[in-house]
Order: sequence, then structure tokens, then C-alpha cells
Amino acid sequence: MSQVKKFMYVNRRPPYGTIYAWESLEVVLIGAAFEQDVSLAFVDDGVFQLIKGQDTSGIGMKNFSPTYAALGDYDVTKIYVEKESLDERGLSLDDLQHLTYEDEDEDWAEKDSIQLVSRAELATIFAGQDVLFNF
Amino acid sequence: MKFTIQVNEGPYQHQASDSAYFFTKAALEKGHEIFRVFFYHDGVNNGTRLTTPPQDDRNVVNRWSELAAQHELDMVVCVAAAQRRGIVDDGEAQRNGKDATNIAPGFRISGLGQLVEGGIQSDRLVVFGD
Amino acid sequence: MLHVVNKSPYERDSLDTCMGYYQEGDAVLLIEDGVYGALAGGKAVSKLAGKDVSVLGPDMAARGISEEKLADGVKVVDYAGFVDLTVAKDKVQSWL
Repeated sequence: MSQVKKFMYVNRRPPYGTIYAWESLEVVLIGAAFEQDVSLAFVDDGVFQLIKGQDTSGIGMKNFSPTYAALGDYDVTKIYVEKESLDERGLSLDDLQHLTYEDEDEDWAEKDSIQLVSRAELATIFAGQDVLFNF
Repeated sequence: MKFTIQVNEGPYQHQASDSAYFFTKAALEKGHEIFRVFFYHDGVNNGTRLTTPPQDDRNVVNRWSELAAQHELDMVVCVAAAQRRGIVDDGEAQRNGKDATNIAPGFRISGLGQLVEGGIQSDRLVVFGD
Repeated sequence: MLHVVNKSPYERDSLDTCMGYYQEGDAVLLIEDGVYGALAGGKAVSKLAGKDVSVLGPDMAARGISEEKLADGVKVVDYAGFVDLTVAKDKVQSWL
């Protein structure tokens, strides 16, 4: 398995109402071990996955939102959030978790993982992928 | 061309498993290779041999099992999703102290890495879901 | 890219979202409840204008939609045609 492919996980669903978001994240974590060129896209209701301050203590479910902050440690450093999806939902980047990674090529400088992109930009990014995972 | 098929929904509730089946069958008939069929989320419920649909309905599980037997398909049920939903083979029953198994013929339980490997090894990943 | 849409545009927004990402050279295939999006005269059909759109025939037939009810320019394919579309395009995006 020497070839490296561009893998993108496309997230379009909110957390908790269904299990898709959590089980998709499990694929991302497992997939990280395969050393592919991985990125995540959060589109439509998928942007709700990244809202900060999630507290699931009242619904008896595991709060998996801290896992997003750990993605940098798994070398998952490209997280695209679609601007139109945020706008349509009355959200901005400030409502989302601040996700970072340490760049080993630049003396482990801390960098932002989230890139705010327009729909048109994301369309181009989709087009450049080899494999799209939809959940 | 080499395909991996991902099935995200169980039988009967959604058409996803039916669509995936007919797609897989058509791809095989056209001479393509199915590297793997991976069952995830509620899709793991396609892998229980204990379903009993009415006689005038299709048997979704048996249909997959028969296709697998005909074409030596590799049909993988995700272990983490299967544990949550009670899809059990001998190994899982032993590991988790369960008193029964229900895995249908042709299916095997394995890790999510099998899906990722499918994405790497195949020319196309086609996902069927809700 | 082949975009696959399996939801009615009158219930979910996946067709709408999909069209926002459609690029030159892409194709759209409507399957399952997605086939309702191709009904001529339907509110959703304007989204399909100028795009390469196919509908899965068996899903249409199951839902009582005949070819003459389809919007102009929409093609009908069977499962073999579905497979051919996935081969013709470099990847598949299922707008679940």
C-alpha cells in the first residue's frame, strides 16, 4: 500500500440526533493510521458538529466533540468549513471549536486546522480528491 | 475496474441495501471486480441470518449471501458498529461473552480499516445510505 | 464527478446542495426517492437546467413515473448504466 490517495470525509449531518457524525469520526481516526492525504469537509448541518460548548450530560450520550480537537495529533490538519453553510445557520467561526495542529515542518508551530472556504472553493477542493467518503 | 461498495443502512427500512445489491450485481455482470462490500452504521443489520421477511417479500440478507457465494464477494461488517447493534460471529461471541451468534453466511466481522483499505485499493468507492 | 442524489427535493435539500457543487464535466444521477426531482413542471426541476442529469429507470418505474413525465433532457439509465456512469466519472459523491 505505497500509493497515497487524497481522501476526503464529507460531513453533512448534525451530531446526536443520529449516529452518523460519531461513527464517521471513528472512520477518520482509524483511517489516520493508513497515512493517506486526509481532509474533512463540514457542509450543511455538518457544521453543527463543530460548535463549541457541547454538553451531553442531560441526554445520556457520550460527548464526542473533544475528539475533533485531537485530530491534529492524528495528522488530520485540513478541516474545511463551508462559509455559506455557517451563514445560512446564523453561525460564524467564533461559534466553532478552535482546532489546531503542530506543524512539524515549522518547528512545531501551532496552526489553525480549520479553513473557512466558500462553496465555489470547496467545489474545486472536492474535484481534486481521489476518494469521497459520505456518511 | 475495481469497486468498493459501502452500505450504511439496514434492510427493509431503507432502499439503500437494495440499491447497493443491484449496483453490485450489475457491476459484476459487466465484468468489474468488487474488492469489498463494507457494511457500516445500521448497514451491519444486513448481516444477521435471523431475519424472517414475509414470503412474498424479497429476502435482503439471503440475496447478499447468495451473491457472495456466487462471486466470492468479500462482505465485511464493521466490528464497532456490529458490537453496538448485536451482530455476532463466533469470535465476537467468545470475546464478549455472548450466548449466541447471528452472522449470516458470506459475511465476516472486521475493523474499519477494511473500509479505508477499500478506498485505497479500489478505483471507485460507491456509498449507499439514507 | 458523479453526484448521486437519493432524496426527494421536496423533503430534503440534498439536490440543492449537490447542484451548488456541480462543475463542468460532472453528472448527476437521481436514484430512489431522488427520482421525484426530475418531474417536469415540478418546482425542483429548474435546478437541473443545463446539467447532465440521469434518472435510474427501475426507481422511476417503481414510483409510477413514466418517461414522458420527465423534464426535457433528463436521461434514463438502468443499473448497468449506473455502473457505467461511475466508471465514466473519476469519483462518486453520494449526497446522503
